[in-house]
Amino acid sequence: MVIYENVLCSVCGCLCDDIEVTVEENKIVKVRNACAMGTTKLLNYYKERNTKPLIKKDGKLIPTNLDEATSKVAEILVNAEYPLIYGWSLCSSEAIKVGIELAEEVGGVIDNQASVCHGPGIQALHNSGLPTCTLGEVKHRADLIIYWGCNPEDAHPRHLTRYTLSPKSKFIKDPKERKLVVIDVRNTITAKKANLFINIEQGADFELISALRAALKFEEIEEERVAGLAVEQIEEFAEMLRSCKFGVIFFGQGLTQSLGKSKNIEAAIALVKDLNDYTKFALIPIRGHYNVAGANEVTAWQTGFPFAVDFSKGYPWYNPGETTAVDILRRGESDAALIVGSDPLAHFPKEAADHLAKNPLAVIDPDISVTALAADVVIPSAFTGIEVSGTAYRMDRVGLLMKKVVDPPEGVLSDEEILRIILKKVRILKGVA
Amino acid sequence: MALLIKNGIVYDPLNNINGEVMDIMIDGNKIVSSINESKAQVIDASNKIVMAGGVDLHSHIVGPKVNSGRILRVEDHYKDLVAKTRFTRSGSGYSIPSTFVTGYRYAIMGYTTVCEPANPPLKMIAVHDELNDIPMIDKTSFILFGNNWIVMEYLKEGKIKECAAFIAWVLKRMKGYVIKIVDPGCEEEWKWGNDIEGLDKEVNNFGITPKEIIRGLCEVNKLLSLPHPIHVHTNMLGTPGNYRITIETMDCVKNIANNNQPLIHMTHVQFHSYGGSNWASLSSATDEIADYVNKNKHVTIDMGQIIFTDTTTMTADGSFEYKLQKLTGERWVNSDVEVEESAGIVPIHYRRNNYVHAVMWAIGLELALLVNDPWRVFMTTDHPNGGPFTYYPKVISWLMSKKARERVLKRIPRMSRRRTNLEDIDREYNFYEIAIITRAGIAKILGLKNKGHLAPGADADIAIYDFNPKQYDPSRDYKEVVRAFSKAAYTIKDGEIVVKDGEIIKPVIGKTFWVESEISRDLESSIASSLNEKFRDYYTVSVDNYVVPKDYLYKPWPIQVKAKI
Repeated sequence: MVIYENVLCSVCGCLCDDIEVTVEENKIVKVRNACAMGTTKLLNYYKERNTKPLIKKDGKLIPTNLDEATSKVAEILVNAEYPLIYGWSLCSSEAIKVGIELAEEVGGVIDNQASVCHGPGIQALHNSGLPTCTLGEVKHRADLIIYWGCNPEDAHPRHLTRYTLSPKSKFIKDPKERKLVVIDVRNTITAKKANLFINIEQGADFELISALRAALKFEEIEEERVAGLAVEQIEEFAEMLRSCKFGVIFFGQGLTQSLGKSKNIEAAIALVKDLNDYTKFALIPIRGHYNVAGANEVTAWQTGFPFAVDFSKGYPWYNPGETTAVDILRRGESDAALIVGSDPLAHFPKEAADHLAKNPLAVIDPDISVTALAADVVIPSAFTGIEVSGTAYRMDRVGLLMKKVVDPPEGVLSDEEILRIILKKVRILKGVA
Repeated sequence: MALLIKNGIVYDPLNNINGEVMDIMIDGNKIVSSINESKAQVIDASNKIVMAGGVDLHSHIVGPKVNSGRILRVEDHYKDLVAKTRFTRSGSGYSIPSTFVTGYRYAIMGYTTVCEPANPPLKMIAVHDELNDIPMIDKTSFILFGNNWIVMEYLKEGKIKECAAFIAWVLKRMKGYVIKIVDPGCEEEWKWGNDIEGLDKEVNNFGITPKEIIRGLCEVNKLLSLPHPIHVHTNMLGTPGNYRITIETMDCVKNIANNNQPLIHMTHVQFHSYGGSNWASLSSATDEIADYVNKNKHVTIDMGQIIFTDTTTMTADGSFEYKLQKLTGERWVNSDVEVEESAGIVPIHYRRNNYVHAVMWAIGLELALLVNDPWRVFMTTDHPNGGPFTYYPKVISWLMSKKARERVLKRIPRMSRRRTNLEDIDREYNFYEIAIITRAGIAKILGLKNKGHLAPGADADIAIYDFNPKQYDPSRDYKEVVRAFSKAAYTIKDGEIVVKDGEIIKPVIGKTFWVESEISRDLESSIASSLNEKFRDYYTVSVDNYVVPKDYLYKPWPIQVKAKI
């Protein structure tokens, strides 16, 4: 029996690094400190798992070997005019680096899940900047914590206890000094814990932010109600924002993917900029998967662009709406795809999903996903952060090294290793090796 | 493999070689005194200048702040997209180039070593993840300590040895090379949205002054025998009248100095040499700064030259960037890092018809021209703050040619000319001095004994520039200087020809170096338990995960020194 301490959890963007994992005979038998999501993954990840590469023959996926499977993926990519390489939020940055090189080599598009979640937040960053901080700053200083369009008690269960509401702080001696505000269209379980729940009208975030900015500057708001709220309530809330010592807004897809999209985030950034004239205020995107932030980081430093990078011209090109996965698929432009660590068939709009399934499709994933079931070739990979180590980036962009605690099943390689084999085969097929 | 560089015009100031025609011999990755010439590959360097590979003391090339800058400035990339070639990866350039492009562009200019000057320890995994992706050059990281709670607490309690032990531990564990100090104490205040002025006001909650932090870290630097002095970005950057605090900063460590050895490096001093009391009365105070530097051997400086172009400011001085975006109305990134530091980013377009920018331009050059000893002033643009590093050849031409400077001077506002000294300065650098301020002097102040020179035993990092001093006069033919230094005829890295005629012909991976200062075991263990406690209370990561393993680096290169404690 071995007990591993301070293991990183490979579920959400909190990237908790204090998990204690007990391993007996290469099997995780006990997990401490993790939330229900983390515990469930660590204890059950290996169940109902396929460990053999699969290849489609006569319309059916049948087991094959790694050599044939990787050759097939290389062939699909080399034969395509405009392949899409998508996924990455559940991979290590080491794997993402190879993915980018592969996309560059085949002249395809590499995109990651930010494209369908926090991409609008990143586009807002291009236009406005971002006053932000690490989670430890919130832990020590924040006396006003706002969750806007997100429900961490459900999706990031340890966020409140570890980082915002109740962690030990150097400056905040009594947790009661901290005020929690939730802005949402639903009375979520996070909202139930809040000192103030602002039940906003669906799709009215931009209006509320604009009204708050006006109230903050003591402008007259002509309307009686904005975003379903009485103006008095908005003015009161503005006062609360202005008078805190350190405030933070965590925003989720309720803000990035609702009406207005990037404009909502631009407005929120403008609000936070305004607030910094009165007090200290920060804005942090509450990122979903454990390394979706890393996918943006690595892609940005290697290409200059954070997601949706098109290499078809030989140099990187980025234009969300043009080079984003869903848009390429809906226009029917791609003629093959490699999906790594993602399940787009289960989540993309129907026309996009249909086009993806219609064309040659390869999947690298530890699990059998819906996308894998429709693929022409499926290569199972090891679980990063459990069976192989690798780098991941927390939602506040702190990079951490994920540990390996058990060995992967015989013959199952990491995403990185599989991608390297494919890259090598692509180069052989192209005659550039 | 052996390489013979024949008949080059060699400038090697560390070995007192000033333009002699001679051969340089290379065996493997080292310069040697003899080789079997019949088996060596020969480079004909006749009528060409041969220098050690360039060393950049201060250039923001990686880290979360730099990468935020890339994401902030996507529009900046569209005008400078770089396609994949047979040997090189694709990417994008201009003010914050992507990692591969950064490496290529340095190598093309004949640079072989670059220092990334401002990284918070918490984000060192990100830093090294990114440094791994910078090809062609050797590189290192300076670690920020000037607003670190643990440092401030140790210093406040007078525990200088424990503070030194902690810093040695961080440098070794997170793989950094230098104690970097940015806006000491004030960034902790900025994390509350506050500002403190001057070096003698106490930092709230910590009861220590900026001056005490600088002096404490200077003592620590000595105790740890670190190869480079403390590297200081002092308070009140970019503020009219700030030259006084700059002199005060240099002066506050004077009595720690011995043997006239430099023990404080003041960085991007252009941003810290302003006279006047507001932007309208801004003037150059380089006379005062240069006078102090000329009289006091414990100080070295670098320029922080600005370039008239569109670029991006980025610094751990988050409070300055807040003020800058208020001033310019530009986009603003701020990023505070728990326990350690802050950071900010604001794009800027320096224009020669802008009175303030023109004064800034003149100040940078004045510093290099008024400091008499080239071993104590180094060429930088504080990339990308003053301008992209790709403008170095232009800066070299301004330093070598009064005519080149006059070409710009006559185009800047008359008021800017009047408030600066540049018009009256006749000094022109020669190639020997250029070699000092771009490689020899920098390698020396970094304590890199095998870099910056061409004697046997040195690393075979060499630049060959196609400039014939017999044919051209750099003072008159300054455009030839720009041409030659923009694209090296050859760059040799670790004994291999990696650039020929200004193009990459062989991609290589450079080393990443850091310092390991060996302290006594007793001292090391005495701080261990208190560190565990501090980490548990202060950080959101455990001390176990606060580490960059050696094998995480593609080409790790530790430099060991022996501490005095």
